[in-house]
Amino acid sequence: MADITLRVNGSEKKVSVSPETPLLWVLRDTLELPGTKFGCGAGLCGACTVHVDGAAIRSCSTPVSQLAGKSVTTIEGLGANGMHVLQQAWIAEEVPQCGYCQTGQIMSAAALLAKTPNPTDEQITQAMNGNLCRCGTYERIRKAIHRAAGNGGAR
Amino acid sequence: MTPLSRREFVGAGIAAGAGLVVGFYLPHREGSRKESFSPNAYLRITPDNKVTIVVARSEMGQGIRTALPMILAEELEADWKQIEIEQAGASTLFGDQTTGGSASIRTTWDPMRKAGAIAREMLISAAALTWNVPRSSCTAENGRIRHAGSARDLSYGELVGKASSLPIPSDVPLKQSKDYKIVGQRLARVDSPAKVRGEATFGMDFRVQGMKYAVLSRCPTIGGKVSSFDDKESKKISGVSYVGKIGDSSVAVVADSVWGAMEGRRVLNVTWDDGPNKDVNTASVMASLKQAASKKGANLYSAGEPAKAAGRHISAEYSLPFMAHAPMEPGNCTANYQGTNCELWAPTQVPQDCRDSVATAIGLDPDQVKVNVTLMGGGFGRRLEHDYAVEAALVSKAINGPVKVLWTREDDMRFSTYRPASLHELTATLDGSGLPVGLTHRIIAPSISGQKGQPLPNGVDPDLPDEAGPVYGIPNYLIEYVLAETPVPLGWMRSVYAMQAAFALETFIDELAIAAGKDPMKYRLQLLAKEQDLSYFTTTWHTARMRGVLQLAAEKSGWDKPLPAGRFRGVACFGCFASYMAEVVEITMEKDQPRVHRVVAAVDCGQVVNPSILEQQIQGGIVYGLANALRAKITIEKGRVVQGNFDDYAPLRMEETPAVEVYAVPSQEAPTGIGEPSVPPIAPALCNAIYAATKKRIRALPILS
Repeated sequence: MADITLRVNGSEKKVSVSPETPLLWVLRDTLELPGTKFGCGAGLCGACTVHVDGAAIRSCSTPVSQLAGKSVTTIEGLGANGMHVLQQAWIAEEVPQCGYCQTGQIMSAAALLAKTPNPTDEQITQAMNGNLCRCGTYERIRKAIHRAAGNGGAR
Repeated sequence: MTPLSRREFVGAGIAAGAGLVVGFYLPHREGSRKESFSPNAYLRITPDNKVTIVVARSEMGQGIRTALPMILAEELEADWKQIEIEQAGASTLFGDQTTGGSASIRTTWDPMRKAGAIAREMLISAAALTWNVPRSSCTAENGRIRHAGSARDLSYGELVGKASSLPIPSDVPLKQSKDYKIVGQRLARVDSPAKVRGEATFGMDFRVQGMKYAVLSRCPTIGGKVSSFDDKESKKISGVSYVGKIGDSSVAVVADSVWGAMEGRRVLNVTWDDGPNKDVNTASVMASLKQAASKKGANLYSAGEPAKAAGRHISAEYSLPFMAHAPMEPGNCTANYQGTNCELWAPTQVPQDCRDSVATAIGLDPDQVKVNVTLMGGGFGRRLEHDYAVEAALVSKAINGPVKVLWTREDDMRFSTYRPASLHELTATLDGSGLPVGLTHRIIAPSISGQKGQPLPNGVDPDLPDEAGPVYGIPNYLIEYVLAETPVPLGWMRSVYAMQAAFALETFIDELAIAAGKDPMKYRLQLLAKEQDLSYFTTTWHTARMRGVLQLAAEKSGWDKPLPAGRFRGVACFGCFASYMAEVVEITMEKDQPRVHRVVAAVDCGQVVNPSILEQQIQGGIVYGLANALRAKITIEKGRVVQGNFDDYAPLRMEETPAVEVYAVPSQEAPTGIGEPSVPPIAPALCNAIYAATKKRIRALPILS
């Protein structure tokens, strides 16, 4: 066990867990932030995507010990003032079916728009290809990202 | 209009301050073992003007928490913005709550409408009595009853007291589709906001105070058992509190965190007794199907005498592998055993099966087991099983406290129930013009229901009547089912046997068209030219409706127009779950692999309840079906499932996803299934496009094997 301090959604959190524990389980079990999902445990599906210092990472395969002093943003902290423009676009385009993968999809999309405010189709595919959706919502995800980009998506 | 029978409506009345409660019966899925009509959902209007519709089917992404209430709200003349949705758990008050077979809308359409209409009529009566005016001068609109003559109006909430004291009308008028205000609209799904905020509670997210987490080590060999286990290393892991055998074939590791349980399992030392299947492999399974093919089959459909048809004979054989559902949310269930009762929070398509199986497993009566239904991160049929619920209850009983059992992705892949592998023998006799005058389709596959000990009436798997019917009115036409056996666990996977039947039939029809030297689209249209009603078990397939979707797909895809160089098309059509579907696929070939650019899907599913959800279901089914066609293959070696995660069982990703256009034939017919019918045509349409591109015929799935 180790005491690790990290910033999650803007506030400092001290957790006492074994250092190799993946960030995913610290978020879900210890910090009770269940919006980040478990899909594969191997970095293959993207359901567990969060931001670390602004970059999208797979929390299921990132040991929490690597995050000491870093700043983590989860879906719960994405839209600090109500809903992020991507979340609004997701609703407007009626993206979610089962919805399980969508928080990870939105986190990947948010990291994309932060760097590339007006992505091309190709850039969207490249950024989103690591996020699986078994309901097959990819087309609407693409539309939602374009819609959000048109509405100043980086916010 | 049909008068309501007494059995359809149980009653209305004030239920302990609940206001006007209309309970109603909904029929359950055909072929189910439960009785054919029983109560399944409730409408509740309270004096504070809250209109609550209880949904007694499970939401797994198909939009049922939105679509079912829309149907009731339409007849109720409700204000949609007022509607609140409540998810029912397993109950003895409801009928069969199974969510599957693309059945939720089609089997509840009439009862839902009638329930809404009855409430509306009672509210109108209540208002007329309140104002002492004729009923005919009052109308229901947007959650209020209005009196035209005096410009008075009252909200539904204000009328519940009086309405509840009235007798229930036995005959109520139903609206005509031209007057629909809710049904047919692209209303936003009620579950989207919570899902995009990360606030939706899936089974995996549900927490009970003080709950522990468990993962199970299961015997990797099908049908094997635990011989012995050593938990010394597991107990060294921080937080591990319990290690114990669960049933014959697994050992549970319980900890105060998911990671602790996973680590505890990783170092657990189990010796397995591999049991009778240690020599089973994919080749032996396929050989046993081939062997079974010599048996006489059960008759599914028969017209004329194909054996006597004279002309040019053509035959071909097709095969499909085992496949896994792989929903995004792995299996899980939370259970809280408390000695004389047990409560569960289950992402399940079968709350009542969970209740009954859990009761048996832990020695309680079914009424001592409470099953709450959570949101599901996909189902696709995997959650028609109840294994995860039984495991959770057994572990909870073992530790005498609340626990969440969760499966890893590898657990999900290796201990699933699989779409049955199958073999198909097709033979046809073509007349002088190249059209089939005779066709025989023999489906050789193990039975899902049969393996689970359910009856097979006349040797027919009970799913086949929804999934393997005739498409064309061929004069001499035989469809047979040959039962095969396999030790590999079987389950109902999206579209079940329809995917197999359609792949074989619609690839074969393409082969016949090519043999006849005809355009595959025109060939099919010619085969459907004559208006015929094809009777298949309880369904009647109309060639005119199939022709309708095929023509729509031809028109929208521009079938008659030339494609750019390097692009090729394929078409397939099929009917299942009472809906008609045609799909045209456009591909290019890149490094000998198909790239799908565009899919035009045409459907006739009767009245569309919500066009946006319809598109979701069809786009989703096509993406799911493309993954099945291209790569989905579960293989068995030494009695064990080989694949483990999304690397060796790879779903479709964004880069492979085509643009899917969805067109529905305008219809006022009663709605039919939509969750599954888009899956079956996509594999043959794609394989037919590949043939058009390469002259290479694919008769075994997956394509990229």
